[in-house]
Amino acid sequence: MAKEIVKVEHLEKFYQKRHVLHDINFSVNEGEVVALLGPSGSGKSTLIRCLNGLEPYQQGEVTFNGEKIVPAEKNWQKIRQKIGMVFQSYDLFPNLTVLDNILLGPVKVQHQSKEAATASAEKLLDQVGLREYENAYPRQLSGGQKQRIAIVRALALNPELMLFDEVTASLDPEMVRGVLNIISNLAQDSNMTMIVVTHEMNFAQQIADRVLFLEDGKILEQTKGSQFFEQPQTDRAKAFLDSMDF
Amino acid sequence: MAHSGINVLFEGRNLIRLFGGLWTTVEIAAVALVLGLILGVVLGVLRTFPSRLLRFVLRLYLEFFRIIPTVVLLFLFYYILPKQMGVNLPANQVATLVFALWTAAEMSDIVRGALISVPKHQRESGMAIGLSRWQLYRYVLIPQAVSLELPATINLVTRVIKTTSLLMLISVMDVINVGQQVVEANNQKYPTGVFWVYGIIFVMYFVIDYPLSWWAKRMDKKRLERANG
Repeated sequence: MAKEIVKVEHLEKFYQKRHVLHDINFSVNEGEVVALLGPSGSGKSTLIRCLNGLEPYQQGEVTFNGEKIVPAEKNWQKIRQKIGMVFQSYDLFPNLTVLDNILLGPVKVQHQSKEAATASAEKLLDQVGLREYENAYPRQLSGGQKQRIAIVRALALNPELMLFDEVTASLDPEMVRGVLNIISNLAQDSNMTMIVVTHEMNFAQQIADRVLFLEDGKILEQTKGSQFFEQPQTDRAKAFLDSMDF
Repeated sequence: MAHSGINVLFEGRNLIRLFGGLWTTVEIAAVALVLGLILGVVLGVLRTFPSRLLRFVLRLYLEFFRIIPTVVLLFLFYYILPKQMGVNLPANQVATLVFALWTAAEMSDIVRGALISVPKHQRESGMAIGLSRWQLYRYVLIPQAVSLELPATINLVTRVIKTTSLLMLISVMDVINVGQQVVEANNQKYPTGVFWVYGIIFVMYFVIDYPLSWWAKRMDKKRLERANG
């Protein structure tokens, strides 16, 4: 039996009075790739942000690596080093060079030596084909390049879980492929455990071991990736897939 | 040219005294600015913390110094501090203290404004790589806020320097006070001396303040160029 990396039990989230996540239950095993799909406003991003404490939740529990997380800022801060997250907007720090962006976590948070951290950062940069930009500033890069650097920045902490929140949604179409390829390689070659929020159905079909389909803050179905796209179990998911015409 | 007013400046030690007064002005302004800007950054950072009580207290502090005219603050500290609290400071130190506290108040608002205008995503990506609150401010938020706040800070500096002209009211021997004495002492001999004395004081303030304000404008322009790519 594979090791369970994340487990979410009875998670409930409110924005003031508005109930945005209803009784969320699921778990993710080591090496598994889970895609969160669903229409806009269904709570996918909110859910993924709850998993590293960027959004507080009101009820329920999140277990990471077998340990129940006590939701306090100090605890989240430690756990976030094990959970890499990449966002929709490429949020490199504009005041730092590419290399310094990547080193900030390993050197300041994890107290790795600068030499060791630089060596592994350069290796990661090589893998995404951007080694020559290590001394550039983010403003000198294109959107797709920034997003690849953002992925490297998250990977530099050696996370056990990666969260991708619509990472291609604000990229030019021709940039999308490069970013998605990196994520696919990560799943296949490095066997990284990942939770991916995306609107790219082809991509989701290609990498997802399992699909969680959300609507109005509820998980309507959890289906194997291979099956979801052929025969979704709910009519709602079927209508959703039809509307995505991929 | 025998009775040209400009000679009032070269009479006796007048010019040296004027420069002496200018030095007092600059010294008070410089010390007050250094202390005030440092304190202002700390207060500005604290004003972005979640604690409501802390924010309320610091807000009161800001409004107190912003609303009360600087002259009144000077008198308040100069006359009331010694009477009510038994703190006896020389006029120069009272002036430095008042100006430092005022600068800190104004600076806290500039810093706070710059910090909260750093995009929320920056804060979140910092948190996502495990930075502590202190590290987030140190490596991400403050460096980005600095370029946003620099022009406003330089404007504050020029305002503080120019407001030192009020110091004569609590009998600090600043450049204005010295100027007035020179004018009064030479009024008989140089009836037009007042023009020349205040004229040179104008030039002195201009020489100090104008480059700062030019620098502020230039930086703002550069920042906009950078921001708009």
